[in-house]
Amino acid sequence: MTTSASTIATDESPKVRLWRLAGRVRRARLPWVPITILASILICAAFAELIAPHDPRDIDILKKNIAPGETANHLLGTDILGRDILSRLIFGARTTVIISFVSLAAGAFVGTTLGVISGYKGGWIDALIMRGVDAALGFPTILVAMLIVVFLGAGTINIILAVTLTFWARFARMVRGDVLVIKTLDFVTLARITGVSTPVIMWRHIFPNVINTLTVVSSLLVGQIILLEASLGFLGLGLAPGDPAWGIMVAEGRSVILDVWWLSLFPGLAITIVVLAFNFFGDWLRDTLDPQLQSAQ
Amino acid sequence: MQEEPILKVENLQTYFFTTSGMIKAVDDISFSLWPGETLGIVGESGSGKSMTAWSILGLVPKPAGRIVGGRILYRGENLLEKSASQMREIRGRHICMVMQDPLTSLNPVFTVGDQIIETLKIDSSRTSGGHRERAVELLSSVQIPAPESRMEGFQHQMSGGMRQRVVGAIAISRSPQILIADEPTTSLDATIQLQYLKMLKDIQTQTGAAIIFITHDFGIVARMCDRVAVMYAGKMVEQAQVLQLFDSPAHPYTEALLKSVPDLDVDVDFLPSIEGQPPTLDDLPEGCAFAPRCPYVFEKCEEYPDEFTVEPEHTARCWRLGGAVV
Repeated sequence: MTTSASTIATDESPKVRLWRLAGRVRRARLPWVPITILASILICAAFAELIAPHDPRDIDILKKNIAPGETANHLLGTDILGRDILSRLIFGARTTVIISFVSLAAGAFVGTTLGVISGYKGGWIDALIMRGVDAALGFPTILVAMLIVVFLGAGTINIILAVTLTFWARFARMVRGDVLVIKTLDFVTLARITGVSTPVIMWRHIFPNVINTLTVVSSLLVGQIILLEASLGFLGLGLAPGDPAWGIMVAEGRSVILDVWWLSLFPGLAITIVVLAFNFFGDWLRDTLDPQLQSAQ
Repeated sequence: MQEEPILKVENLQTYFFTTSGMIKAVDDISFSLWPGETLGIVGESGSGKSMTAWSILGLVPKPAGRIVGGRILYRGENLLEKSASQMREIRGRHICMVMQDPLTSLNPVFTVGDQIIETLKIDSSRTSGGHRERAVELLSSVQIPAPESRMEGFQHQMSGGMRQRVVGAIAISRSPQILIADEPTTSLDATIQLQYLKMLKDIQTQTGAAIIFITHDFGIVARMCDRVAVMYAGKMVEQAQVLQLFDSPAHPYTEALLKSVPDLDVDVDFLPSIEGQPPTLDDLPEGCAFAPRCPYVFEKCEEYPDEFTVEPEHTARCWRLGGAVV
């Protein structure tokens, strides 16, 4: 690609550098479809009150089970209690985004910290952390979530806790693998030779070099986390039944799926589309950030 | 020569314990380093040169590698008795090293300036502006053109020679008394090599640091060093002043090595090489390790040779020097 730009530019300002990175991202053909979907989900989550035509909890028994398209007032129809499905979907996006992003961040933080320590320190610390990872990965996620909900009760925080408890281990394992390679590189050795302390080496030399992996893993795991959150809702382990969440909505329509098919169909579609969008976006991100592809430039 | 050596290595033994057995990477090595001098350590790959350096720095790869015997005295204090945090104080501030490969020695995600300043911050007696100034000063002392703008550059924007200079700048940033250079020019172009060696000499004159120069290139030894130690299979076979070694090598291995260096003034049809392979370190002969390849081998060589003094400041481990008739 543009070798000339990267070899001569020695005295470029950070601004120029940022501009060049932006150019690379532009040239890499953005996946517009996933980005549009994810952006609209984020907008829905942020401005649900403004976008949703109705209050998602507004019960109106007289208007129950209106089929989609029957009235312009309820585009996607209403459910068995007469609540507007479109509004519930829009508010459900907020639930999904909050739960999945917070637990993703928490899982990534815990997993990365432990992964860096484990990979860099080695020895018994490594063994201990990795057995923890094995245990966390070996335990069925749903079971962990059930235990937490049973003992600590339902609620957003507890769902986040349940998801974090299982997903940190995937981060830890991926990050540790990267660290094992990075720590053998000469710049880490040079830092040790010059007397830089271990925490500083881990923070300044190891961590910035796993960010690529972290970004890619995160974008690929978001899909799984959304699925898990929906499954918990479906099993009734999530929020209170009245709360707008996609998993809960699918569950509510389950018993009447043959007659009132739109109850489960729309939230189900929403889950599928968002998870797919995240997966495609993650794939693209991996291809774009892959250090091997980058070094070829 | 001054009376007190700055570094004294006595009977150092660094072994590796692997599933396939024990490897004596460094076996019973002794030498001294005087302030301001340059000691060359010469030997083929795997002869334990680098592991000697790692042992001095206290960075022998764990858990397989371990220093099992000997003493490393820095200004009279045994480094092997220091704790990990005490060793971190020693590294960089007192003893530092430049490694072989400049291509991976710098962190790709930080600017060159950041990395020099990071080391300077360890002795944080300066303000951050002072750190910057000092970093620019260091870059110009390793002869990097336009050091101010290079501070903001990344490693991938620099050539190998320039990166190695930056590594040099980082290594001398805390003004160590001892600088170990582990084949610093091996991966550089011939023309750049010379510049780099000159730069190291300049640094030495400026800072008065003692240098341990690890290499397999006798040309570099002749140019850079005051004294030489020759290593073979983890053992030190000969030590001498540079001229003594070139004029009258006492150990057959040194002799063979010197013969295999091409001489531009003499026409030869073919360059002599040393017959055979260096021994694998997990299966060394009982006696002299060089015996299987030595042209002068005799019965006595089945015993491990003593160290004989050939002339003042010139010693070698070979039975031929013990008055035994060949």
